[in-house]
Amino acid sequence: MKEIRIHGRGGQGSVTAAELLAVAAFADGRFSQAFPAFGVERRGAPVQAFTRIGDEPIRLRSQVYEPDYVIVQDATLLEVVDVAGGIKDEGIILINTEFSPDKLELDTKAKIMTVDATKVALDIIGRPIVNTVLLGAFAGATGEVRPESIENAVKKRFPGKVGEKNAEAIQKAYEIIMEAKP
Amino acid sequence: MTSTRKLAKEKMMVVEGSYAVAHAVKVCRPNVISAYPITPQTHIVEDLSQFMADGEIPNCEYINVESEFSALSALVGASAAGARTYSATTSQGLELMHEVLFNVSGMRLPIVMTVANRAVSAPINIWNDQQDSISQRDTGWIQMHAEDPQEAADMVAQSFRIAEDRDVLLPVMPCMDAFVLSHVYEPMVLLEQDLVDEYLPPFEPEFVLDPKNPRTFGAFADPSTYTEFRYLQAKAMDKALEKVEEAANEFNEVFGRYYGGLIDEYEEEDAEIVIVAMGSIIGTVKDVIDKLRSKGEKVGLLKVRSFRPFPIEAVRKALKDARVIVVLDKNISMGLNEGALCTEIKACLYNTDIDAPVIGFMIGHGGRDVPPSTINHIIDQARDVMSSGITVESQFTDVREELI
Repeated sequence: MKEIRIHGRGGQGSVTAAELLAVAAFADGRFSQAFPAFGVERRGAPVQAFTRIGDEPIRLRSQVYEPDYVIVQDATLLEVVDVAGGIKDEGIILINTEFSPDKLELDTKAKIMTVDATKVALDIIGRPIVNTVLLGAFAGATGEVRPESIENAVKKRFPGKVGEKNAEAIQKAYEIIMEAKP
Repeated sequence: MTSTRKLAKEKMMVVEGSYAVAHAVKVCRPNVISAYPITPQTHIVEDLSQFMADGEIPNCEYINVESEFSALSALVGASAAGARTYSATTSQGLELMHEVLFNVSGMRLPIVMTVANRAVSAPINIWNDQQDSISQRDTGWIQMHAEDPQEAADMVAQSFRIAEDRDVLLPVMPCMDAFVLSHVYEPMVLLEQDLVDEYLPPFEPEFVLDPKNPRTFGAFADPSTYTEFRYLQAKAMDKALEKVEEAANEFNEVFGRYYGGLIDEYEEEDAEIVIVAMGSIIGTVKDVIDKLRSKGEKVGLLKVRSFRPFPIEAVRKALKDARVIVVLDKNISMGLNEGALCTEIKACLYNTDIDAPVIGFMIGHGGRDVPPSTINHIIDQARDVMSSGITVESQFTDVREELI
């Protein structure tokens, strides 16, 4: 079983991202579970959401403490939240930022990967909405889910042009990460 | 028989627990729904409102009201008139209904009302524990607890079956842990209309409010008859014991999913340490048990599915060979300072040959997360009790000493 923690700010769609990831993983033939960190949601406040992906039905219902993967939607969170907290040494932290991983100071043995999801979102969708874009990058960074499954989940959730644009941005973020991989 | 479910992946889709419950209500063909929104039950009634607006629930009226008290009161009239009725609530909303809860059960109205279990104020807390429904223990409602969102949805159909059975005619409160089950997205089967129609016959009450054939419900009983009303209600609870089992077994035959009837057992047969619990903690406990079993440790689980009626005989049978019994409670009876389930377990073992020590742990108050490490820590203490006896009978878990 793989555990994913998504950090964002209220209004950035962290819970939706966790849900879409669960939908995509299930479409890939795996089992999944997604839930928010049940805060009192306020726009702009730091929030978390979680996804579990496994080959068996998932029974564990506690929060995620030792994630395999972390997704950070907003790099300003690095100053206020311990995004690397508990992550496994062999884990991956995927951060939305224009900077390269070596410019970020994070005390972790986990691998750090970055993607300028905001730029991708602005270029393709026209709005700085990065939650779905980051899922494309996640698919590339981890191989846990197929990018097509993410795109299908997003298109189903947001039918029409919005979904199409998101799918395009997801594919772009996937390609950027795949090119950056050694 | 322990829980089994056919994994029909082709029928499953990833949905929110609340949506699965709302969908289950829809296919049970309710005639009247009345509810007042309160976090975290809100998604259930929002989804039902959407179904109504989209014309997906035929022959049904959704009554908007100004409070939970009115929501349940509206259903009293509707149910007495012969309608299949549904509501959902939680926490302070459920506590506001307290008076009406007694009226419903006393009038023997088979209302089904999901409770998304949440802590009670003060201090204000919107997160999960089970203090709300446990505090309604003696209102004469059948109270059942689901371990996952699929069970919470399936329990809606089972609840109508049990409630409307003419040998029972009691209201049912299917409970699901707030957020942990109501707000989780996972692959589930949405109840199929044709199978529900096969499983759940139309509600055909023996007596209804009808101006052409006037009757009175719950009017007046003086000392010469009140005792008998209470006696008959208690008898109906007794009868519900077998009906809960029957509803679970027949659900399994039609849908291929079984979560236990009154209780469920997991790795329990030869277990020395038996954990007794209700609700969403069950899944986490099962994961912990699997790890301990792989190391050869004899730990098992007794899931109490029906809190009312309380399955005394089934519990006694399940616990007869336990060496230490550990009860987990997401509630506290203040002044006795232990959880209600712990008290019930101890009570039903008295006057039997079972003399295993019973220790209680109060967990997860107001949404305090219960990770596997907490369960492991509790089991460590159960091992100590097995070797050296009880030192503390009931205790809080994970208390932050620095705040006290």
